[in-house]
Amino acid sequence: MLTAEERDVITGLLGHYTDPRAAVVEALKVVQEHRRWVPDEALPEVGALLGLSAHDVDAVATFYNLIFRQPVGRHVILVCDSVSCWMLGYEDIATALKRRLGIGFGETTPDDRFTLLPICCLGACDKAPAMLIDFELYGDLTPERLDAALGHYA
Amino acid sequence: MRDEDRPLTRNIRPGEPPLDRAGYEEAGGYRALKAVIGRRDPGELLDIVKDSGLRGRGGAGFPTGMKWGFIPMGPDAPKQKYLIVNADEMEPGTFKDRFLLEGDPHQMVEAAIVAAWIIQASDVYIFVRDAYRRATDLLRAALAEAREAGYLGRNILGSGYELEVHLHTSAGRYICGEETALINALEGKRAVPRQKPPFPQSSGLWGRPSVVNNVETLYNIPHIVLRGAEWYRGLGKGADGGTKLFGASGRVKRKGPWELPMGTPLRELLEAHAGGMHDGHGFRGLLPGGASTGFLVDEHLDLPMDFDPIQNAGSRLGTGALIVLDDRTSLMGMLRNLEHFFARESCGWCTPCRDGLPWVERILAAFAAGRGTAEELDILEMHTRFCGMGKTFCAHAPGAIMPLETALKYFRDDFERGLTRAA
Ligand SMILES: Cc1cc2nc3c(=O)[nH]c(=O)nc-3n(C[C@H](O)[C@H](O)[C@H](O)COP(=O)(O)O)c2cc1C
Ligand code: SF4
Ligand code: FES
Repeated sequence: MLTAEERDVITGLLGHYTDPRAAVVEALKVVQEHRRWVPDEALPEVGALLGLSAHDVDAVATFYNLIFRQPVGRHVILVCDSVSCWMLGYEDIATALKRRLGIGFGETTPDDRFTLLPICCLGACDKAPAMLIDFELYGDLTPERLDAALGHYA
Repeated sequence: MRDEDRPLTRNIRPGEPPLDRAGYEEAGGYRALKAVIGRRDPGELLDIVKDSGLRGRGGAGFPTGMKWGFIPMGPDAPKQKYLIVNADEMEPGTFKDRFLLEGDPHQMVEAAIVAAWIIQASDVYIFVRDAYRRATDLLRAALAEAREAGYLGRNILGSGYELEVHLHTSAGRYICGEETALINALEGKRAVPRQKPPFPQSSGLWGRPSVVNNVETLYNIPHIVLRGAEWYRGLGKGADGGTKLFGASGRVKRKGPWELPMGTPLRELLEAHAGGMHDGHGFRGLLPGGASTGFLVDEHLDLPMDFDPIQNAGSRLGTGALIVLDDRTSLMGMLRNLEHFFARESCGWCTPCRDGLPWVERILAAFAAGRGTAEELDILEMHTRFCGMGKTFCAHAPGAIMPLETALKYFRDDFERGLTRAA
């Protein structure tokens, strides 16, 4: 199922590693960059390029928070739900986001625009509450400021 | 504080882009690298690091010089040896390594190269969490500039020393910050912790001698080798030498981070630097070093922020990131949030952690809703023992249980109030 381009990029990575296995996270990210998520069918093919079984690849793929094993929308919102953000209004932010988007955590809007996920501390506790949209940091959030942030993403 | 008293952050101007190589060198950067690579004996430099009293800033406070001293040296030592930089920073409440990496990436590069020389490493791996995209981009640019200048790669500055620096971006998981899990992650394996011993210094990445150090720990190194152990020790106010990045979160007026002497009293951090509590909020307690440290309360505020005094008070200095609980935030809600984090981030390898933490979280939810039972209170106590130091494979569970254990000690009334009221 992998495209020629995905294969080329993954094969190209191997030159940077003495052991091809060490490239597995990077290879999964290549797949994710090309199709937003990592489908099951990609695992044996990534494994074949790295000399690993599909199971070995899956053991890594399922371990990480930011390797998506289900389809996600065009933009991924990661809302910090750890303690410093929780103390400064995480719950209001989460409620406002869910209402604004009409979805819950782990879901994608019907127009495929946003996927909403919780994430642990973003190292931005000085700007709590905080979230990432496509890895862009938004801090000192209030429910009122959410619209401006969401408006940047079509 | 004067610039020379804050070696870690003196180049950092928040809100402005960090110094490029030219700017960094103008500010005195890469002087340590030029002074030591190929010129100073690694053993002699190691002694300076040992004498400085530097202790690891990743949370455990292990003496850095002693850690490096376990790396095999000399002609019979393995050719492949690794220095691994731990930039996985995911301890809730902590934002110091991000501040350093985004604020002065060249200092990371210089620190890594100088540290690598001292242990005669063949490669450096910088392990950065995926969410730190800006830090990653800045590091990549700094590494390219350093390579161009001949500070890394083959034959550094004509010394014959060869060093490669690799940047590894992770994909998000707190446990990757545990040093042996991190090594598994770098090898492309599922990032569960490894049994110790063997310690990484004898058998680490691909079975080779390896040292894992925190970002902030390493930022100290160029200054220590240039200015000496005595100067460094003199920066601290108490037993521990040097400065440290401290920060605060919760309902305090200012968050930091601030670079301050080790041994700065907790009260000074809270009142002078954080500016005290928001108006209308009172102080109840704080976790002094991130989510995995125990509560300290009023009676502890005059303690110096050094490793031993905080440990002796039943907590840990951890990352020096204060998480402050005010009198209007629910303690039970906070504990539940903390244990939710630890339960979710457990790697699942051992039972007290994998099964115990979700259980604890459920009980805390009941207490938060005023539906706890006396029996559940006993069960919480039981888990504090099951997850204690030495009962689990790694330090995740002992850290996870520390806030609960200390809350049971200092805030007993909250638990009593969380019990179901008999009609
Ligand atoms: C669950 C867990 C998570 C950890 N996360 C980090 C981390 O994100 N960054 C870090 O430097 N150390 C972290 N540590 C500590 C490391 O295992 C290790 O002690 C540290 O990187 C050593 O560096 P130092 O001696 O310079 O402090 C973590 C430990 C545990 C048990
Ligand atoms: S204590 Fe928790 S995180 Fe550590 S090895 Fe056991 S299950 Fe994994
Ligand atoms: S707790 Fe939310 S960014 Fe740290």
